[in-house]
Amino acid sequence: MTTELDHLEVKGLGVSFDGFKAVDGVDLTLRQGRLHFLIGPNGAGKTTLVDALTGLVKGTGHAQYRGRDLLSLKSHQVVRAGVGRTFQTATVFEELSVLQNLDIAGGVHRTAWSMVLARRKVPSYVEEALETIGLSDLRHRPAGVLAHGQKQWLEIGMLLVQDAKVMFLDETVAGMSAEEREETGELLRRIGPDRTIVVIEHDMDFVRTFADIVTVMHAGKVLTEGTVAEIQANHQVQEIYLGRSAEGAAHA
Amino acid sequence: MTDTMTQPIEVSAPPRAPRRSPLRAYLPLVGIAVLAVFLLVIAPAALSSFRLNNLGKYCCYAIAAVGIGLAWGRGGMLVLGQGLFFGIGAYAMGMHLKLEAAGPDAVPDFMMNFGSGVLPAWWEPFRSGPFTILAIVVIPAVVAGVLGLAVFKRRIKGAYFAILSQALTVAFAALLVSQIKYTGGQTGLNSLSTFFGYNLYDPVNKQMIYFIAAGLLVVMLLVTFQLYRSRFGELLVATRDAEERVRFLGYDPANIKVVAFVIAAVMASIGGAMFVPMAGLINPREVSALASIMLIAGVALGGRASLLGPAIGALAVGYGRTSLSESFPDQWTYFLGGLFIVVILFIPNGLTSVIPKAWRALASTQRTRTKVGEAA
Repeated sequence: MTTELDHLEVKGLGVSFDGFKAVDGVDLTLRQGRLHFLIGPNGAGKTTLVDALTGLVKGTGHAQYRGRDLLSLKSHQVVRAGVGRTFQTATVFEELSVLQNLDIAGGVHRTAWSMVLARRKVPSYVEEALETIGLSDLRHRPAGVLAHGQKQWLEIGMLLVQDAKVMFLDETVAGMSAEEREETGELLRRIGPDRTIVVIEHDMDFVRTFADIVTVMHAGKVLTEGTVAEIQANHQVQEIYLGRSAEGAAHA
Repeated sequence: MTDTMTQPIEVSAPPRAPRRSPLRAYLPLVGIAVLAVFLLVIAPAALSSFRLNNLGKYCCYAIAAVGIGLAWGRGGMLVLGQGLFFGIGAYAMGMHLKLEAAGPDAVPDFMMNFGSGVLPAWWEPFRSGPFTILAIVVIPAVVAGVLGLAVFKRRIKGAYFAILSQALTVAFAALLVSQIKYTGGQTGLNSLSTFFGYNLYDPVNKQMIYFIAAGLLVVMLLVTFQLYRSRFGELLVATRDAEERVRFLGYDPANIKVVAFVIAAVMASIGGAMFVPMAGLINPREVSALASIMLIAGVALGGRASLLGPAIGALAVGYGRTSLSESFPDQWTYFLGGLFIVVILFIPNGLTSVIPKAWRALASTQRTRTKVGEAA
């Protein structure tokens, strides 16, 4: 893994709940340096796919990352292996300050014994993350009072601190203002080159502006994969995802 | 002229949340110091030997309570059965003192009466003082560690965990009663006369034992103070509030909980061990489910999530129990029950939460008063 780019290889991934196949034979190659978007109608299995890759639900198949199969790991081991995620609703620790939230995510940098010590100064990796997500001025605010968008950035910051090389972001810009979306996209572009970033998204404007590659899921399967232009030109996608009319797709 | 035009408009810095002064973090140390002065200076000077000995017993409850505060208040584990660990420490100490009282190579009296008159092999090592002290720390740690891993890895929590811990305590007490040949049964281990060679009836020695117990309580509070301000403490609270989220920070929440549970168990054991020389005996009643609930009651009364609350609550419950049972031998449990209901209903965060609240209220009225003063 010297000059080769980091990548996550998913092969034949399946998840079933009581016989219902929520994810069915998904093959995916997620490569470092591209903003990879995962789109599809509700119930397509996008979040379930991420759940399976992060140890939250049991999946069958393979997900090779740096010589390990993510499907055999527990959630906290997946994180330690360098794969992080956010959730649809921001789940920061509301009573802790922005700084504490970032600091608490820094477990990969610490030994078990150092845990009995109090935080003295701000570690460099926390300072860096604060800078990157643009919350330096709010560092002492309790996370609970942050705006919706800022909470999502804080979550991304926590992923940066925990040194996640693969990031799954679940509907990060949902409910954000246009301005916040723009900033989020810029943020993803800033941190993207060194990482493998996968964004689950419904907002087509956001997808159009920032996606390098888009995977469309439908009914638990991968429908197609390609650039935004290719996806938009795809009739199947137009029918299933964007509505029946091709015109609608162009405006969506 | 042009300069003023091109100069960027000064933007005032965004308002920052008031930073907690670094000294504030050390405020609990002042509380510990006040308690230490009370326990180690004032109480020995003011109280009779009998009262001081009683206060020493409450200190033992308080040591266990500090651990409950850690596991329950900060860790969210309702440890309803700390009597188990209190009992392990107490019986380990009791066995050593019993053997001491019997004399070298001799067998405790109850074994002559109920048993074969031969000392069981697993009693033998408790003749050694250092072994006993080691056992008081290691046995509860191992038991809590194994139990904790088995329970928390399976994600058993809430009421199920509480019931399990309570049931284990009941089972332990039942075991102690039934194994009369080895444990002295219902009467337990009594007629203890010395403590590591010191006569238990000598007032000077009694005071020394009190100082050890009170000193240990202060040490436990200092240990807990450090734990609460450490990264582990932050993580423990995070685990209590959002266990699943902690998983995605790369920690196994089960491990975090086990550590807190083990520390709480060791503290309860140390409390139990020190209880024995002051009570002069140990029996299954002191280990029972009721004893465990009294411990929890003290912690809830004082304020489970605060540093000093559990200790103060346990001291108060111990004191209340003694003084009420002196005046109302039959009704004292009703008083305690009533107090418990009032606290849960009106001050759910415990008595110690009233002080900072009152302080803030006082400060805000003062502020409005000065504002009004300025306006006038």
